[in-house]
Amino acid sequence: MSLDKDTIRKIAFLARIRVPEDALDGLAGELSNIIGWVEQLNEVDTEGVEPMTSVADMDWPRRDDEITDGGRAQDILANATDPEPAPGGEDGNGGGFFTVPKVVE
Amino acid sequence: MTAFPELSIAAAGKGLEAGDFTAEELTRACIEALESGRDLNAFITETPDIALDRAKASDARRADGRAAGPMDGIPIAIKDLFCTEGVLTTAGSHILDGFTPAYESTVSANLKDSGAVMLGKTNLDEFAMGSANVTSYYGPVKNPWKGPGGKDLVPGGSSGGSAAAVAGGLCPGAIGTDTGGSIRQPASFCGIVGMKPTYGRCSRWGIVAFASSLDQAGPLTRTVEDAAIMLGAMAGHDAKDSTSAPIDVADFSAGLGEGVKGMKVGIPKEYTLDGMPAEVEALWRQGMDWLKGQGAECIDVSLPHTKYALPAYYIVAPAEASSNLARYDGVRYGLRVEGSTLDDMYEATRGEGFGDEVRRRVLIGTYVLSAGYYDAYYRQAQKVRTLIARDFTEAFEQVDVLLTPTAPSAAFAIGEKMDDPVAMYLNDVFTVPASMAGLPAISVPAGLDGDGLPLGLHLIAKPFDEVTLFRAASALEQAAGFDAKPGARPSTPQGGAS
Amino acid sequence: MTYLISGESGDWEVVIGLEIHAQIVSEAKLFSGAATAFGAAPNTQVSLVDAAMPGMLPVINEHCVAQAVKTGLGLKAKINLHSVFERKNYFYADLPQGYQISQYAEPIVGEGTVILDMPDGETREIGIERLHMEQDAGKSLHDQDPKRSFIDLNRSGIALMEIVSKPDLRTPEEAGIYLRKIRTILRYLHTCDGNMEEGSMRADVNVSVRHPGEDLRTRTEIKNVNSVRFVMQAIEYEAERQVEAYESGEDVVQETRQFDSTKGETRPMRAKEFAHDYRYFPDPDLLPLVLSQDLVDHIATLIPEMPDEIKQRFMADFGLSANDSGVLVADMDTADYFEEVANGRDPKQAVNWVTGNLFGALKKAGLPIAESPVPPESLGELLDLVEDGTISGRMAKEVFEEMMATGKDAADIVEEQGLEQITDGAEIEAFVDRVIAENQDQAADVRNGKEKTIGWFVGQVMQATGGKANPKMVNELLRKKLSG
Ligand SMILES: [Mg+2]
Ligand SMILES: [Zn+2]
Repeated sequence: MSLDKDTIRKIAFLARIRVPEDALDGLAGELSNIIGWVEQLNEVDTEGVEPMTSVADMDWPRRDDEITDGGRAQDILANATDPEPAPGGEDGNGGGFFTVPKVVE
Repeated sequence: MTAFPELSIAAAGKGLEAGDFTAEELTRACIEALESGRDLNAFITETPDIALDRAKASDARRADGRAAGPMDGIPIAIKDLFCTEGVLTTAGSHILDGFTPAYESTVSANLKDSGAVMLGKTNLDEFAMGSANVTSYYGPVKNPWKGPGGKDLVPGGSSGGSAAAVAGGLCPGAIGTDTGGSIRQPASFCGIVGMKPTYGRCSRWGIVAFASSLDQAGPLTRTVEDAAIMLGAMAGHDAKDSTSAPIDVADFSAGLGEGVKGMKVGIPKEYTLDGMPAEVEALWRQGMDWLKGQGAECIDVSLPHTKYALPAYYIVAPAEASSNLARYDGVRYGLRVEGSTLDDMYEATRGEGFGDEVRRRVLIGTYVLSAGYYDAYYRQAQKVRTLIARDFTEAFEQVDVLLTPTAPSAAFAIGEKMDDPVAMYLNDVFTVPASMAGLPAISVPAGLDGDGLPLGLHLIAKPFDEVTLFRAASALEQAAGFDAKPGARPSTPQGGAS
Repeated sequence: MTYLISGESGDWEVVIGLEIHAQIVSEAKLFSGAATAFGAAPNTQVSLVDAAMPGMLPVINEHCVAQAVKTGLGLKAKINLHSVFERKNYFYADLPQGYQISQYAEPIVGEGTVILDMPDGETREIGIERLHMEQDAGKSLHDQDPKRSFIDLNRSGIALMEIVSKPDLRTPEEAGIYLRKIRTILRYLHTCDGNMEEGSMRADVNVSVRHPGEDLRTRTEIKNVNSVRFVMQAIEYEAERQVEAYESGEDVVQETRQFDSTKGETRPMRAKEFAHDYRYFPDPDLLPLVLSQDLVDHIATLIPEMPDEIKQRFMADFGLSANDSGVLVADMDTADYFEEVANGRDPKQAVNWVTGNLFGALKKAGLPIAESPVPPESLGELLDLVEDGTISGRMAKEVFEEMMATGKDAADIVEEQGLEQITDGAEIEAFVDRVIAENQDQAADVRNGKEKTIGWFVGQVMQATGGKANPKMVNELLRKKLSG
């Protein structure tokens, strides 16, 4: 299967990675190459074979329903990227917000 | 006497115990070695202050008779994929600019608790995606070994900084992570021991995720014994990782030096590749002879789906990565490139923050999971993975360990194989199958190629049978007697490391 | 009950399916140890896992799994002993991981049934398609800043059950009754508090229209509707809109819409409109969820008597109508309350008091029945006082009001205020004689055949006794004395 520029554009948007227009051709070539190579898997007869979900062969681990975390807004917000913190964001453990460009719903 | 940083962990441990030197002296020597070895670009962040604090604390414990064990006071390097509390953690990526976690990964915390001294965070391929350590935002790492004419070589990847640091004599041990060969292949390229334990043996908590079903932490050391010692301090069940095995840490050194008499060693015929360099094949045969010479029995086995492991890996790993890397969105940590809308900011941040190889793999992963393609690619790859694991299970009904080459070649020059991703991926052809099946495996330095560059041999064992793996590896190590060292470290002036 | 929208091309039927998101009652989140309480300061109930810090991993809260199983059993649904958590991948401001951990191909609960009690006393069966567990997202605040939206991750990672109905609902009213019934069931089970104002329960409403007998047509999904009334309004509006579209030769596009409760309209969502491709795949950080039949059997023993069963029992034991019984069991506390009042008493009186005076008084006081100032045993005692003639029915209403206001027992109020009925014939006769003596003219009227004036006399005597005379006895005495 070869991937065309439109497909690259579409998956780049799904992955939210901006790809400059002049890089699309190159990427289409590289990805087509890789996809072409992995397609040799189609040769394998997997009729009736269960797909692997985990190599870990054990019971699912579980937690008790207890509050063991939280109350650490300072840690949570410490690396927040907005140079201008939202109100309430400065004092850390009193709470505060992350920010994103305004979303219109 | 051997220069401090070039001591083995075992020897350094004995010296500390005997009071021949202090952890502080050992650590200062390593810090100087780090400084004089900076041209290797093995470290992204050096943490000399933390190292000295911990070394002094170790000395104090020892003076009190409370030394924690064989790792107490041993300086080590940590791949910059492990989150370290209060210390910049980058994953080799621009997108994690300035990220300083408020938490410590379980493995590095275990090491800290064992008294190990963190020297710094080592360079790596961006998000551990690479086999040459050339994709790091912080620049390529140089292999301490030089090619013909003094050419700079890659150290392998993705744990290239850790491998170069140990091989280059900057520290006695380092930790790395291995998703498809990222510990074993650079160990082979750098002439050291690199070990990936069974999936679930070491906690993944606090390790920046690449491919969750494959990632495992492991040691890079100069000797097999050191690897066993270090793994002992890293491993253990962790309730914070749902894939961490609820199994006690074994005495991994238990079988060292016991030899391989009567051990059954499988030789998978599918690992003979067309166009494999004669030296690699010859070393493999040599490895069989060494083990036979010590009383092991070599048995031909078949792992029929070997050929499909690498393409299956290049579906599964990018698919998981495409999802694991979705959290790098410019909001809570790392790089933020402003945009007029939410999507605009996401696209700008991720477009600028990810390098070419990461972008390639995230896009491949997005593609193979997308509507209409999931069954053909991802599901088929996971089915093939079941068959690969089944091959191993059947082989291990006949044999105790498997012996293969670690990598299809020795280290190559920086800049080679850069324009053909698939050619680069082939570096992991021998290491990926064990990763896909979650098996423990180790690379032991075993010989030199025609250019005088190290080559490793690779052993694979049953799940959670690291004891047998180390036992076979130490026999191989003994027989190989590999004692070659990288040539004189390049141009920069030597510090007082000896 | 039919609900058809008539158009030029004939009648249109509405086809409705609901996806209800119900917050599981738990102390901690589905995959982390952070608290779930409502109303905390922003980002103070967030763990490193909920904030999707690098290297963080989910570990499942066992209680939440048990709650989902319990709910499945309460919906009489199939429990899948093997289920799988998958990642639903999409980018959004309130989704820090860039994916939601949910269940997709293999949910924990399969098909089930819910019985609706219709107002006419009939019942309707609605199919449940599945119930799966998933994480909630965080919250975005859009109106705090001119250029930015603010993100609070306190809700991020809270355990939800998504309960998906089959497209079996046909009217806005049915949808409302269905939503209420699910809420009732969840509350009986204590698996969700059903508090829609706090976002513990909200519904995605799938609506399409068709001519009766046709195959299903394109549906639209109205997201996150947060009250029963809004669900009904949204369906009404959306069905009309679709009919109008078809009637004017247009097509209905498959899309997600939102309900504007101030305008009573639905409109397409502007965000998230780019082609969805969620790229589901099993979450490699979690193992398949494998349950033992033993565990499921154990959870089954924890299921209380459910509303449908109680309703049947009330009808059989107390002779209640389907309607009365349905009203009482709609809320577990009400059913309990009623049962305590009704036991050993006249059930019809108990229904009247509970659904009449008590409901009215509680509504006025703004209290739930569990916090009623008059506990069921007190109401029962009040009824007993009426039954044994200590007080009159009319007096009982006043006593009840006093009980609501003070929380005192009925007997105490009656005694303190001396409200016992006067049932002593001689005592009443004295009052009657006095009133007749003082009103000779009116007495003459009665004797001359003006029957109505007897009523006037009863009133006078009652007034004279402060309302305490047994009205029946007063009536009888007056008739005897005035008819002579
Ligand atoms: Mg929905
Ligand atoms: Zn949902």
